[in-house]
Amino acid sequence: MQRAYQGRNRSTAIFLLLLAVFTLVVTLLSEGVGIGMVSTSFVKTLGKTLCLALVAISMDLVWGYAGILSLGHFAFFGLGGYMIGMWLMYERTREIVVTSLADAPIPPTAQEVSDAVANQIFGVVGTAEFPLIWTFADSLFAQLLLVVLVPGILAGVFGWLAFRSRVAGVYLSILTQAMTLALSLYLFQNDNGLRGNNGLSGLQNIPGLTEVPQALVSVWFFWGAAFALAAGYLLSVWVVSGKFGSVLRGIRDDEARVRFLGYPVEAYKLVLFAGTACLAGIAGALYYPQAGIINPAELAPIASIYLAVWVAIGGRGRLYGAVIGAGFVSLVSSWFTGGQAPDVPLGFYTIKWVDWWLVVLGLSFVLVTLFAPKGIGGLFDLLERRIAPDRHGADLGPDQGALREKEASE
Amino acid sequence: MNNYRSLLAGTLAFSALTAPAYAADCPIKVGVLHSLSGTMAISETTLKDTMLMLVEQQNAKGGLLGCDLEAVVVDPASDWPLFAEKARELLSVHEVDVIFGNWTSVSRKSVLPVVEELNGLLFYPVQYEGEESSKNVFYTGAAPNQQAIPATDYFLEELGVEKFALLGTDYVYPRTTNNILESYLKSKDIADSDIFVNYTPFGHSDWSKIVADVVALGADGKKVGVISTINGDANIGFYKELAAAGISADDIPVIAFSVGEEELSGLDTANLVGHLAAWNYFQSAESDANTGFIEAWKTKMGEERVTNDPMEAHYIGFNMWVNAATEAESTEVDAVRDKMYGQEFPNLTGGTAVMLPNHHLAKPVLIGEIQEDGQFDIVSQTAEVPGDAWTDFLPESALLTSDWKDLNCGMYNTETETCVQTLSNY
Amino acid sequence: MKNLLLAVLAVAMSCTLLHAQEAPMQTILQEQSALILDNSRRTVAPAIAAVSDSGLPQAQDVLQAWQAKNLWQRSADRLFFRGEKVEGKTYALYDFDSGEVVGEAPSSELKQIKPNSGIRALIGSALVRFQLQDPDPKRRLAALTSVQRNPSAEVLPSLRESLAEESDPEILAMKQRAERLLTMAYDADEDQRIAAMSEMSGDLGVDVRATLNPMLSTRRAVFEGPPPDTLNIPETLVPGETIGVTEAYDTLVAANLVPARVTADEVRNALAEHIVGGTVGGVPVHRLDDPDIRLQAYAALAQEGKVPPAPDTAQIAQALAAHSFVKVYLEPSARVTDAASEALDTIALTVGANQTFDLILDGLSLTSIYFLAAIGLAITFGVMGVINMAHGEFIMMGAYTGYVVQQIVPNHTASILLAIPLAFAVTFAAGVLMERLVIRWLYNRPLETLLATFGVSIALQQLAKNIFGTQARPLTSPSWLDGAWVINDVVAISYIRIAIFVLAVFFLCVYLFIMRRTRLGLETRAVTQNPSMAASMGINLNKVNMMTFGLGSGIAGVAGVAIGLFAKVTSELGSDYIVQSFMTVVVGGVGNIWGTLAGAAMIGFLQKGIEWFNPSNTLAAQTFMIVFIIMFIQFRPRGIIALKGRAAGD
Repeated sequence: MQRAYQGRNRSTAIFLLLLAVFTLVVTLLSEGVGIGMVSTSFVKTLGKTLCLALVAISMDLVWGYAGILSLGHFAFFGLGGYMIGMWLMYERTREIVVTSLADAPIPPTAQEVSDAVANQIFGVVGTAEFPLIWTFADSLFAQLLLVVLVPGILAGVFGWLAFRSRVAGVYLSILTQAMTLALSLYLFQNDNGLRGNNGLSGLQNIPGLTEVPQALVSVWFFWGAAFALAAGYLLSVWVVSGKFGSVLRGIRDDEARVRFLGYPVEAYKLVLFAGTACLAGIAGALYYPQAGIINPAELAPIASIYLAVWVAIGGRGRLYGAVIGAGFVSLVSSWFTGGQAPDVPLGFYTIKWVDWWLVVLGLSFVLVTLFAPKGIGGLFDLLERRIAPDRHGADLGPDQGALREKEASE
Repeated sequence: MNNYRSLLAGTLAFSALTAPAYAADCPIKVGVLHSLSGTMAISETTLKDTMLMLVEQQNAKGGLLGCDLEAVVVDPASDWPLFAEKARELLSVHEVDVIFGNWTSVSRKSVLPVVEELNGLLFYPVQYEGEESSKNVFYTGAAPNQQAIPATDYFLEELGVEKFALLGTDYVYPRTTNNILESYLKSKDIADSDIFVNYTPFGHSDWSKIVADVVALGADGKKVGVISTINGDANIGFYKELAAAGISADDIPVIAFSVGEEELSGLDTANLVGHLAAWNYFQSAESDANTGFIEAWKTKMGEERVTNDPMEAHYIGFNMWVNAATEAESTEVDAVRDKMYGQEFPNLTGGTAVMLPNHHLAKPVLIGEIQEDGQFDIVSQTAEVPGDAWTDFLPESALLTSDWKDLNCGMYNTETETCVQTLSNY
Repeated sequence: MKNLLLAVLAVAMSCTLLHAQEAPMQTILQEQSALILDNSRRTVAPAIAAVSDSGLPQAQDVLQAWQAKNLWQRSADRLFFRGEKVEGKTYALYDFDSGEVVGEAPSSELKQIKPNSGIRALIGSALVRFQLQDPDPKRRLAALTSVQRNPSAEVLPSLRESLAEESDPEILAMKQRAERLLTMAYDADEDQRIAAMSEMSGDLGVDVRATLNPMLSTRRAVFEGPPPDTLNIPETLVPGETIGVTEAYDTLVAANLVPARVTADEVRNALAEHIVGGTVGGVPVHRLDDPDIRLQAYAALAQEGKVPPAPDTAQIAQALAAHSFVKVYLEPSARVTDAASEALDTIALTVGANQTFDLILDGLSLTSIYFLAAIGLAITFGVMGVINMAHGEFIMMGAYTGYVVQQIVPNHTASILLAIPLAFAVTFAAGVLMERLVIRWLYNRPLETLLATFGVSIALQQLAKNIFGTQARPLTSPSWLDGAWVINDVVAISYIRIAIFVLAVFFLCVYLFIMRRTRLGLETRAVTQNPSMAASMGINLNKVNMMTFGLGSGIAGVAGVAIGLFAKVTSELGSDYIVQSFMTVVVGGVGNIWGTLAGAAMIGFLQKGIEWFNPSNTLAAQTFMIVFIIMFIQFRPRGIIALKGRAAGD
């Protein structure tokens, strides 16, 4: 165990170093502050990738460490985006309205300002009144708090109900998926107060900073995302390396055994589930101002499944695996679907990657599950020659569950 | 699903790293921003092909300003945030002079801040809900008063409909359109209780209850008509259920705003004969220009392909842009925009489209009855109707007007005589 | 040259014809030509009347041709003819007066008169009197349909007259019904009307309600003091109770009885107009950001007489008290309205009962769809415990199999009969293949199965897109499944849904038979309960797992054909059903087919029930349904029918 612990610490140092170098290099090459070799849209892309890596870490914590395959963490990510989006949208619109009403002969009443703002925001979906959920939209602080609280409370309530009734394993997965579906269907409704299918848009324009060019804003957000990722990573390392982490792995491997040892398994799971939901919310709040728009399609159940796919391909049960998975799979995917990959002419048929990439991804996913359950992260084990014979007493990894070496060889 | 795709732009930027884009006068670049994959690909790929055909034709005519035109096609993959990213890439990396693109409203709202920030020029070819006017967008599709209002008038006056069922897919275009129609109908003395509104999700398939509800509306002896803003696949289930319930177009006529030749090609229309659609263009319109257009399209894409309204919108938009650039002797956005106002071009359906200072077109409104062969029989054609960015039938927007030529404002309050904002509302 | 001469000759001849007395119909048509060509329902009525009132025997022909879009105008001489397609784009022209062919012409030289559906209805009404006694039963039927669509007092005598002559019993029944309805609405004799109403009360037909309801239409009226007794008044409105205060006051304003209210916007605009040196009505402009202060300023202005005074609350209350608000029936006779509302009440009760029945049918239909989609999953997930995320894609494969078969076998009946076993075979094979290649390696890793099958699912979905495109493909049901089983005007269900119901019951029986009566079923149950024990008894685990999985997948394929028939065939068809299917199995209770049935029933009825409460928002119904299911599972984690004891396993 001692070596594993050191290894983890070493990997943390290496990860943080790489992240710092990466951030600096991108900054120096950016259009905003550097020499302009990396376009603003690519800086945004990289910034968003860092946010995806952060939500992948939170997914890895629940799944790779505690064995809860949540198909709802991308919904928490989206909720975080919605919460910050409300403030961004409200405040930007209010600035516009106040400027335009300032020219009026009679100073506007508070009600008139609020009505005009509501009309601008909700005119699209045919209402002109602020719904109740926008009560705190005028306060950045409150909305920032909600970024953490809303996903946290939703996950808390959901988790409390589910864990209390001992819903576990695949049932829990299906239930979280149902929750995600319900949430996205709810957000799709136009009369829910969050602008339905259109969602919240124009989020890249930060209120009060309209004069700052996007080239610069994108670098700020890139830094923000990098700091959040570093902090999230450190926090996660701290969580999983202590006693808490050991109990989590115990729960993953044999929940009943841990319960009989006297640990409040439900409480552990609940804290982790809600905590990672908060982390996902923060990642979302950093992601969507870079994307510029959030709408219910982002929260669709399939997005959460893809999140699981990233983590699985990157390597479950190791934090850098999640980061690699999110970065690698999403960037490679976009390379293939973006029409950048050259077509492969077979004579009788030309393989267009735009069409065939998903087939390849799906099948490679099956292959990874079957033959390389440790994912890309497993390659690092090979590098360190930490292969099978060295594993006495260590757990077999998340895929084998409680099966010990002897059982596994059967 | 959407998010990992949204990283797509970056890879293009990578290529830009190795070969930095340099602005050259030739060739003139035309950006095409239509989804080639994902849910919207089915509709938008057609428009991409239309643009390629138009660019090809223009080059055959000798190009523009002595240069060849080059179409830069990108794929935003039906992913709304990706539309913003791709638009930024087109404008700042590829440095295109104009963009033709978008289908859904949400994708347009996603692109708006980018084209306004970078002062690009976007031609948007699809009928939409209005309530928007951007300095950087020309709306060549129909505004509500160019499709929904004339269609409702047709229902009221020609078919004598007294009770309305407004059925729509739950997203912004049906919502806003139905809002406008509701207040329009009330202004025509239709009581609240005679307007039935229902929203269904995308791809809805269980229509029995809703169709039964619509039939039951006839119980108070008023003639019922359905105004459908149902989008895409859901129409198939809807029309199947309608046919199963044996509802004839003479009893309960259905007029659709989102069903065109392309959508009907996935349906057996034998049971739908007589139901209606309202557009600015039908393939069955008789004019020489249309015959030529259809012929060119079928030669390029295959005999079984059909033409539709957004294609005509691109046809008009593209030709107007070419003429405006020729007049301005430049493809620079501000110069072209100035020349766009008052730009005229013949419609494929006869008559002339005019670009108005509010960035909308004046176009005729056509109403067609579905025929057995999946084409439309045009039963009504109006004179050119000027597009209205802000509808007159909602109290808040009735005060607003858009005039980029003289007032230089897209959201001008006529009551207080002030410009509410020069950027658009997203 | 010769042609031209002939054309000139033809024009000359027709002109002479026109002026001659032998062409009276053409003369009428020419007189009305402007209206006919205008082609609008608002203006066309005189033209139709001119033709139908002409008293000419050919009037019926003209109207029928016009209605059927067979009326053509020759561009050269602007004469109207009945056109009949000869071949290609050439039409034979029949003269209405002589009834003979006067020539043939290509469509480019002709203009077709295309009446829209509104005009066609008007023509239909005009035709009624010609057609009610027409020897052709089809035309009599058409006339009756017209009467039903546009009832009017005028047709009542001719309808009654035609009753005696009617030979076809079906049409006679329809005529009698139409006669009763018209009597209710239009008979001059009040007693006759009331008699007809009591006769028809309890009838569920939409047409009965459509006739009765307009008799009860009301208008709102305002009177100073109490309303006159002469009016037929069903209800007096009390401001603040049965009518809103603002609404009541606005009614008074509309009747010009009181001064208008002043809205906040009007206050602001009035103030803006009267700014004098930075103050309005003595209030500094910068303080006007408070609505109360604005009202003060406005009141000050009103005192100066610069703006019309705004009525205050007391004045409004006083005005309301001084007036009475009533609803007035448009129908003057109280006896008629009483009888009508009584008849409607009786009908409403029956309609309510039938609506409930219809809702149950809808729920049942949705249940059978969900059940059919989930039954395969009940086997793979419920019995074997395998999470198959590609289940939805098996459904899709079945639907596409149906589509492909229909492309090859054009006969719809034959193709469906062929498609069902073929879909079963295809998805059975796919299921077996997947079990062999993927799932069997993961039997002790359920979460991995979920992910691996998800990989298969996205690959299959994209594959379908690549092969069939993203556009929905038609899967047309045979004509004997077209239409609906109409019990009455309220309760109806389409045959295709009945077929799905039958299919669901069939597969329930198949499942029960296989599980309880066959060796495979016995072995499957044994393997489910204890794999190692089963293996030691000589059961071939591999084979049993393979067969069971194949069976579940095969049923999914058949479900695909059924779902494709009533909805659409797209590559996303499966993913629309996957979450619901899993919930069906989980809610019902894993490992028990009756549980799956109960789960499907719960989800189906729940959704229909919520839809009924909130008919304008189907999306909300789905959302609440899922939330309810989530809550349900929290409190009953093992589902409706939970396995007990050892079989429950874990």
